[in-house]
Amino acid sequence: MEFAELIKTATVESVLLSCVGLPAVKGTLCITSHHLLLSSCPGGDSQPGTVELWLLIRNVDAVEKRVQNLGWYQPPRTNGSPRDTRLAGSSGTITLRCKDLKVLQLEIPGMEECLNIASSIEALSSVDSVMMMYPFFYRPQSLKLEEGWNLFPLEQYFQQIASQTSRWRLSDVNRDFTTCPTYPPAVIVPAAVDDDALRKAARFRQGGRFPVLSYYHPKNGTVMLRSSQPLTGPNRKRCREDEMLLGTVLDEGERGFIIDTRSAQAAKQARMTGGGTEPKSSYPRWRRLHRPLERGRPLQESFIKLVEACNDTSINMDRWLSRLESCRWLSHVKAALSTACLAAQCMDREEASVLVHGAEGTDTTLLVTALAQVILDPSCRTLVGFQGLLEREWIEAGHPFHLRCARSAYSHARLKQEAPLFLLFLDCVWQLSRQFPFSLEFGEHLLLTLFDNAYASDYGTFLCNNEKERCLCKVKETTHSLWAWLNQPGEKKKYLNPLYSHNALVIWPSVEPQSIQLWQGLFFRWIRSSQYLDEAWAEIERLVEGNKPPVKESAGNRLSQSLSDPAARTENER
Amino acid sequence: MEHIRTTKVEQVKLLDRFSTSNKSLMGTLYLTATHLLFIDSSQRETWILHHHIAAVEKLPLTTSGCPLVIQCKNFRIVHFVVPRERDCHDIYNSLLQLSRTAKYEELYAFSYNPKQNESEQVKGWQLIDLAEEYKRMGVPNANWQLSDANRDYKICETYPRELYVPRTASKPIIVGSSKFRSKGRFPVLSYYHKNKEAAICRCSQPLSGFSARCLEDEHMLQAISKANPSNRYMYVMDTRPKLNAMANRAAGKGYENEDNYSNIRFQFVGIENIHVMRSSLQKLLEVSGTKGLSVNDFLSGLENSGWLRHIKAVLDAAVFLVKAIAVESASVLVHCSDGWDRTSQVCSLGALLLDSYYRTIKGFMVLIEKDWISFGHKFSDRCCQLDGDPKEVSPVFTQFLESVWNLTEQFPQAFEYNEAFLLQIHEHVHSCQFGNFLGNCQKEREELKLKEKTYSLWPFLLDEQKKYRNPLYNANFSPELTLLEPNTVSFNFKFWRNMYHQFDRSMHPRQCVFNLIMNMSEQNKQLEEDIKELEAKIKQRNGQSSAVLVKEHQQSAHPAPVALKTPPSFQKEQPLIPVNDAVRTIEGSNTADNRYSEFVAEFSKAEPAVVSLEYGVARMTC
Repeated sequence: MEFAELIKTATVESVLLSCVGLPAVKGTLCITSHHLLLSSCPGGDSQPGTVELWLLIRNVDAVEKRVQNLGWYQPPRTNGSPRDTRLAGSSGTITLRCKDLKVLQLEIPGMEECLNIASSIEALSSVDSVMMMYPFFYRPQSLKLEEGWNLFPLEQYFQQIASQTSRWRLSDVNRDFTTCPTYPPAVIVPAAVDDDALRKAARFRQGGRFPVLSYYHPKNGTVMLRSSQPLTGPNRKRCREDEMLLGTVLDEGERGFIIDTRSAQAAKQARMTGGGTEPKSSYPRWRRLHRPLERGRPLQESFIKLVEACNDTSINMDRWLSRLESCRWLSHVKAALSTACLAAQCMDREEASVLVHGAEGTDTTLLVTALAQVILDPSCRTLVGFQGLLEREWIEAGHPFHLRCARSAYSHARLKQEAPLFLLFLDCVWQLSRQFPFSLEFGEHLLLTLFDNAYASDYGTFLCNNEKERCLCKVKETTHSLWAWLNQPGEKKKYLNPLYSHNALVIWPSVEPQSIQLWQGLFFRWIRSSQYLDEAWAEIERLVEGNKPPVKESAGNRLSQSLSDPAARTENER
Repeated sequence: MEHIRTTKVEQVKLLDRFSTSNKSLMGTLYLTATHLLFIDSSQRETWILHHHIAAVEKLPLTTSGCPLVIQCKNFRIVHFVVPRERDCHDIYNSLLQLSRTAKYEELYAFSYNPKQNESEQVKGWQLIDLAEEYKRMGVPNANWQLSDANRDYKICETYPRELYVPRTASKPIIVGSSKFRSKGRFPVLSYYHKNKEAAICRCSQPLSGFSARCLEDEHMLQAISKANPSNRYMYVMDTRPKLNAMANRAAGKGYENEDNYSNIRFQFVGIENIHVMRSSLQKLLEVSGTKGLSVNDFLSGLENSGWLRHIKAVLDAAVFLVKAIAVESASVLVHCSDGWDRTSQVCSLGALLLDSYYRTIKGFMVLIEKDWISFGHKFSDRCCQLDGDPKEVSPVFTQFLESVWNLTEQFPQAFEYNEAFLLQIHEHVHSCQFGNFLGNCQKEREELKLKEKTYSLWPFLLDEQKKYRNPLYNANFSPELTLLEPNTVSFNFKFWRNMYHQFDRSMHPRQCVFNLIMNMSEQNKQLEEDIKELEAKIKQRNGQSSAVLVKEHQQSAHPAPVALKTPPSFQKEQPLIPVNDAVRTIEGSNTADNRYSEFVAEFSKAEPAVVSLEYGVARMTC
């Protein structure tokens, strides 16, 4: 397939670009295989234009077009030049709704051009082949291809655990992705369980996702495991290896918790289709807790409804509150935070190990395990640590980003497997950052950037659904890593929280509805002006900057030098 | 004192009102003439002023004792369990008596003694001078003058003595107009915008009924329009819903007929009355006080209470007023029914949006003194200072503070004061500890001799203004008369957690950016001062040392003291770093403080475990 075939019209002149909160600009619109560009040239054609818009076409979620064919209508903006009168006959408006929730309008002179542009954008934005995506073509000069891809090897994480206990080992049972196609090649498993047993246990779990270590709590040596549901089925099948695997995690007399992210009823029903839960009789030392978390389609619809409500700025207070309620987004935030807190509490307070799973173990399971780690582990709250957490608990753990983030809240396309679980995670982290403003090393800006990049990116980090696919597509060899870009000194500064100071404690958030807030920075990013809030934030940064010890020292030094040596100065002056 | 039968009860439990388990603090309850005091086993004190008590309730006896629930006007709710029913009954009866005061003279303000001498007391009351404030606005001037018509409260009992009216409004016009207005509250100046030469005026509803007219009142409005040289027409804002205003016509009251008044533009803005507001707050508190609330119940409860809708209506009205003045340079006359509730809200918020002076600490005090206290907002009735008609109680002033808070959230750098300032004012409006808010109008306050017998709140707030300062305040953000243009889209109005859950610690962020920033900015200021001081010393010293050189060590002792002085002032900056860290350390964040926390897993006990996900609370009962 050639991109050129999809582009019907490559350039159009005198296109008016407008979006909420910014003055409209006129310029030349260009479509390339991956981008939409609009450059304005106020000084005439001879001057180099300023680029007003540089939009990744993958970021376009929905294209809406409206054409007017009004022969008698003189658009008010034309000022009578011959070309303008020729075009005055017809025009069209394209509304681009982006995955990052931005909405743009392009007013295009000429009906045919308008239709061509719209269909070109539509075609280019729905190219589904991973290998055709922009990260495979993007070659920034400041970065090297291999940079950032091996920042967080699991071996390194394992070494930390190994330094404290010998009960775990790093297994490469999945090195060719045959045991579990959605797991990475290396996983951390109980040392007492050999690879053969792992293979057998994998056959007893949906998608082969046998229980693996997700987090080791150094404070008391408890662990958090994750897996998919066991394939008990209607006949209540058992698997000795799976039982043994979970059994070895617990010491004599110890008990553990299984947090199932489905309701008890849903878990029971899953037996009909071959799934199920761990029955008490076969796993006597594990106690099951059901904490239903929304996933899949209902979650996507919640996201769509919330964004719809946010975009309707004319609604009155009652309508706003009732739509905020009926979309249920904040309920999902509360449920996710509560469940993560429960898991964290089991480990930190009850000193019991935890196994988390739902059905597939790739969505709500990861939401809970990742969030629990942010709450428990201070090293996940640094900029680098958080990247490592995402790499380990979302990307390598096989959250299907390609399927879940294919479409965002505006798309008219029929929903397939889209669901904003990653966004829900980011929202929960944002809630934590609001309740503990000094405890996270990164700020809102990082969370927004991650959201944007999960849905449309120049970088390969969030491409594909799992490590196996990434291997096949050679993502690590032929695309750049988002982390390499984020961690450049100049770039990194933008994501840091100036108020951060290391907090070794567990951060227990309040999950009262009065404490949970709508993430305005994300949902209203393109809707309301945040000028005054940004200015206030800049002032905070300035104050913090002025308060840092080095600044004080330098001022102090300057003074102390001049004070200590007055004679020298007087001599100089003389 | 005759109401107090038991002064001390031991072994009293204080329950956490949101906890689903029966987690509690054990301690001793003391009853004094003015306060209820609870000291828990770790010596933490909880003081509750009797005047703050809105309701006391005795719940049915339980096995652990007799529960006593106290609701306060500052939205604190405490839940005690007293071991013996007789003690509980005694305390209950005492509190019931003590929280209801029949006479002003029994209020705390009359016995409160802050150890000020008489001249300090007088000076305190002189801190806010409204005559000075009108001068600052630019009146009297060619068009506006001070009227002595109400000098003896003869025309209107609930207005202050000193009123500003258009120069062309003669005494007969004033008298005539006042007779045509509810409670004699005729149109007077509330705020004068000197750049636009436009005025905010206030009054009560006209006694127009279905057809009555009053030429003097028509002249009065004409005089107000004419006092504005830049615009021919004026707006008349009736802040009530149209239906209410029409209903009033049947009672011989009502609103202005546009045909009878020349050049007025009449507008309803639809703020509900005090009764609607009272029950709205009631509903809001019921919702926010529910144990184990789900997000959806919270949001639907918030919607059903209508509270945020009312706050938005008040701010929308103020925005309408401000646009008339700032965009059209038109004067505006604001009224509601009696002109002391909604009118006070809209006039004061309008002025706050128009004039940056009211966004300073001192300016905000002036604003409250002017539009609320002097113009007769009935603080005593609305805040139930004396045992009176419960139908007169209404959170009108609370709504004003909440509107201001919403503005501070939208414009974090525009206000010199912070949230704590608003909360503290709210606290004292109900505390009856200071004289400012006692009574319903100025006349009553004079009769009570408040200025001799009580103290003014403002000097005390000003003394501790460090606490109330917004560290992000930028005076350049809003130079004189800079307009604030708030966005009143629905999603900008949020539930004011720090007001309604001020005392529920577990709900608040565990780390406070505000305090940190406040300390940092204090330190920065201190450092800058130190630098200046030191630089001054360098200059001085350089000057001296050259002098010394000229004089060839004749006075070698002279520079020495400077050299000796410098080290102490220099050392100042060393302890700053640890202080800084101390501020950053967080309060103990505890699962027990949070709602998923009542999780008691006792493995040793027999199965089965029943685990419920009630309200997102992980609870396990074995």
